[in-house]
Amino acid sequence: MEVVIFLVFAIIAVVCAINVVVQTHPISSAISLVGVMGSLAVLYLLLGAEFLAAAQVIVYAGAVMVLFVFVIMLLNAGTESRKGRSFMVQLLGVPLLVTLLGLLAYIVQRIYPIGASVHFGGFTQGTPRDVGRALFSTYLLPFEVTSILILIAILGAIVLARKELD
Amino acid sequence: MDAFIVISLIKVLVVFAVLMTTLAYLQWVERKVIAHIQVRPGPYRVGPHGLLQPLADVVKLVTKEDLVPPYVNKPLYLAAPFLAITMSLLPISVIPFGPAIAVAGHQTYMQLTDLNIGVLFVLAVSSMGVYGIALAGWSSNNKYALLGGLRSSAQMISYELPLSLAIAAPLLLSNTLSLHDLVLTQDGGIWHWNILRGPFPQIFSFVIFLIAGFAETNRVPFDLPEAENELVAGFHTEYSSMKFASFFMAEYANMITVSSMATLLFLGGWTAPWPAAYGSSLAPVVIFAIAGVVALYHGFHPARRRDQRTFPVFGVIFLIIAGVFLLPMVQDWLLPLFWFCAKTGTLLFAFIWIRGTLPRFRYDQLMGFTWKFLFPVAMANLLVTGLLVAWFS
Repeated sequence: MEVVIFLVFAIIAVVCAINVVVQTHPISSAISLVGVMGSLAVLYLLLGAEFLAAAQVIVYAGAVMVLFVFVIMLLNAGTESRKGRSFMVQLLGVPLLVTLLGLLAYIVQRIYPIGASVHFGGFTQGTPRDVGRALFSTYLLPFEVTSILILIAILGAIVLARKELD
Repeated sequence: MDAFIVISLIKVLVVFAVLMTTLAYLQWVERKVIAHIQVRPGPYRVGPHGLLQPLADVVKLVTKEDLVPPYVNKPLYLAAPFLAITMSLLPISVIPFGPAIAVAGHQTYMQLTDLNIGVLFVLAVSSMGVYGIALAGWSSNNKYALLGGLRSSAQMISYELPLSLAIAAPLLLSNTLSLHDLVLTQDGGIWHWNILRGPFPQIFSFVIFLIAGFAETNRVPFDLPEAENELVAGFHTEYSSMKFASFFMAEYANMITVSSMATLLFLGGWTAPWPAAYGSSLAPVVIFAIAGVVALYHGFHPARRRDQRTFPVFGVIFLIIAGVFLLPMVQDWLLPLFWFCAKTGTLLFAFIWIRGTLPRFRYDQLMGFTWKFLFPVAMANLLVTGLLVAWFS
């Protein structure tokens, strides 16, 4: 049962990810990316990380991608035209892609031994309580540094936007 | 296992049927209430007292010609209403209507499913709802629809911040994300509800939540995405027939979700306002008995000739319901259901009441209000709540 759900959503994630690149219209690409985020959330849920799944949907699908779609709509970006494709790209693209995927598959297989397969639902430290405790004890310094980084980014965005207004 | 599947299927069917009927009749109630606010009778012709009006509306919407304009982006144009209605119906699946009850020997919750991240689930799904509206506006290839879609995405992103902060504050008091446990921590009377509970009563959160909820559901006074005097009909200008009806149903389903969430987070869910030892189980009986007597009085009043049959019938029905609440074998599940519906219904009435009362905001006022006022207040409220909870625990 879990394997079937995993396969379905893994395939959806991969197909949507390919679709992001293949589509020529920015809105279609953005919607495909939402599909990737949603399927990833389902995979997190399958592994027992329910807080991560909810955060994935709220932050990525619900906030970041909505902003993407909003900006695309605001700029009224049209369909992209294909241009500037050299002969070399057409000739070497597919073999290089196959080599890269093959290498990745080989390395992943070498790093992780076959016996250490994932048990669905075996991971139980994914509750909001556990995540919060880890963030405020073990990973306190990275957490605070990240929040200061985000604060700096917000201030920078405001400063840049003000310069445009003047 | 088999009993679990059967009970779940029955629960899904019951909740779906009740929800769809409520959606249809909520619209009838809205038309009636607004009509009475504006001193006119409202729907009156179809059925007794206009009660079959929702049925007539459904028949009208289904049989209407379904027009797809030639200039739209077809896949997204067709997907948008589905997205809107799905994302608005999904949160209902985690909303608890009552405590655990025994059905034919099986313990089950009066709720489709209890997630330990229930609150986050509702937030996540409702944050996806904006896609339906934004894509509908964009794919229509129409300037009014695009403007409506843009306005709604900007508005929903902005109001989601105070909404989430207002949800976080009562969670600090209750210390759980499961909607079922959330209500259990508020058991024992009105002074245990999060809206009045120490160390910091969540009355500000409640008001912020309601204001942001109005904006999230695109209701008056924040219905800028469909401001008809400037945008024709906003994001659903190009939609007709059942596609238009899906957006309509999505708006009402979102209203029900926001009202239920406010009930669960702040008003103690299905718990009674005061303990049963002091006679709270008699309150529904008294309310329905008074409603029955009033209906009977008006039904037999000579000045109300148009209602001389419907009102007495309803009076008798109300009196029978009042009697049913006295039966001890149904009180276990009927009383929690009554309190949940009464609280949610009061909030829904407030939604309609405000629509009949307030004018629409201007767009810059709408944005300034959330970023310059609502968001800082929600932040300060969360900060004070967190400090006081840490101080007293």
